[in-house]
Amino acid sequence: MSLVPRYLLSVYGPAERTELGTSTSGKAMPQATADVGAFTERLRRDGHFVFADGLEPVTTATTVDGQGERTFLTDGPYLVTEEQLDSFWVVEAADLDVALVLAAEGSRACGGAIEVRPFRTEGSEGTLLQP
Amino acid sequence: MVASLARRFGDLDVAEEAAAEAFAAAAERWPREGVPPNPGGWLATTATRKAIDRLRRETQRDAKHQEALIVYDDTPPEPTGPVEDDRLRLIFTCCHPALAMEARVALTLRLLGGLTVAEIARAFLVQETTMARRITRAKTKIKAAHIPYRVPWAADIRERLAGVLAVVYLIFNEGYLASEGDDPMRVDLSDEAIRLGRLLRTLLPDDGEVAGLLALMLLTDARRPARVSRTGELVTLDEQDRGAWNRALIAEGNALIRERVEATATAGEPPGRYQLQAAINAVHTDAPSARDTDWSTVVALYGRLMLLDPSPIVRLNRAVAVAEVDGPAVGLAEIDRLADVLDGYHAFHAARADLLRRARRGGESRAAYDRAIGLTGNSAERAYLTRRRDQLTS
Repeated sequence: MSLVPRYLLSVYGPAERTELGTSTSGKAMPQATADVGAFTERLRRDGHFVFADGLEPVTTATTVDGQGERTFLTDGPYLVTEEQLDSFWVVEAADLDVALVLAAEGSRACGGAIEVRPFRTEGSEGTLLQP
Repeated sequence: MVASLARRFGDLDVAEEAAAEAFAAAAERWPREGVPPNPGGWLATTATRKAIDRLRRETQRDAKHQEALIVYDDTPPEPTGPVEDDRLRLIFTCCHPALAMEARVALTLRLLGGLTVAEIARAFLVQETTMARRITRAKTKIKAAHIPYRVPWAADIRERLAGVLAVVYLIFNEGYLASEGDDPMRVDLSDEAIRLGRLLRTLLPDDGEVAGLLALMLLTDARRPARVSRTGELVTLDEQDRGAWNRALIAEGNALIRERVEATATAGEPPGRYQLQAAINAVHTDAPSARDTDWSTVVALYGRLMLLDPSPIVRLNRAVAVAEVDGPAVGLAEIDRLADVLDGYHAFHAARADLLRRARRGGESRAAYDRAIGLTGNSAERAYLTRRRDQLTS
């Protein structure tokens, strides 16, 4: 397990993407793509980068419940909300202050607000597979 | 001590409990075996041992155990320097902007102030369990999100310090004019805020706003003995018995202001909001009677404050001062421009009611007093406003 704290930086967007060509805040898409690329490159260069990607709209998601005898499938997301996870970075940062600075840069790059959430570390309560 | 243990072990719970255990051990042993030659050092060493014991007990994992051994050093703690650095770190951690304001206030009072969870809960009129949960949640976030335990970087320190001062001033104001409850003043809170202000002043002696906030709190608190009448009614500045003001606090506040005036004259750095508010309060405490108040200076100082903070509250205060210089009609005209934004604020209606009364517009004044009475949660203020309303002749 890594000793450097890890954070999930998430960007949310509308559940249904009706209009192609703009980001969540209306920032022009080619510009946002270029800025996000530059930001991700900076994360790599400075050793913060762990993983990053973007997701297809939640309308393409399938929710699976295998707890019962039969497996239930539902067409759509687990949580029905107007805004859904759109893309994310997983970064390593020495502490929250560093992560917040990165998130502010990422927010400017993608043109949307970013949620910063720490990953569980050794000693924090709860285990991954508990409901 | 909690501060230095927190730095060493990176865990507020461990630090707090270890300190408590050390004090308990002292209470048990010192009466029996005598006070050790260096009581402070004894407590620090005992608390460090207790913290290590706790970490050993709490985790079987070798890694954490190793970590604790690495940070454990046998050298006796330094008398002042590092201790004060630790407290400064702790203040910045407790007032971190990633924590909600109510969490910052509660944490600061718990870890830097001398109040128990029960006392903090009582001061903010919430259940003790609610306050305990609020503090626990904040501590859990500090740990899980790795909120750093250090003084912020130079680039951030101004903004972060402003956040710390805001927490202290909020505590002071809640103590000085409680927003709800039966006690019009919560002396424990304003005393605690002043204590924190003095601590910050010790830690950051060259900062103008730290000095300004302390001066502001001292000069405001100096008037406390004259602020509520024997019948539990709020007494406004112009009706206060100035002989009852605390002269020692006024002298201390004035000395801080003089120091800042000299510093700003040489360094050329303009005074910030707390220094300006302290200066406004000094104009009041310098006046032998309400009639002698230098209102044009007050108006000028509020004008400078408006440049830094053009908020409706500052504009309201300036308008009240303008009414003293140019008459109630001019003040009213300025106040009425704030009606949209401040309609839900009791002090807006109280100020308006007073100016309408002086402008001999009794009917409108009565309606404004009614609004103010309905909006204030403070019992002494309600009593004062009710009397004033009932004294209206027309």
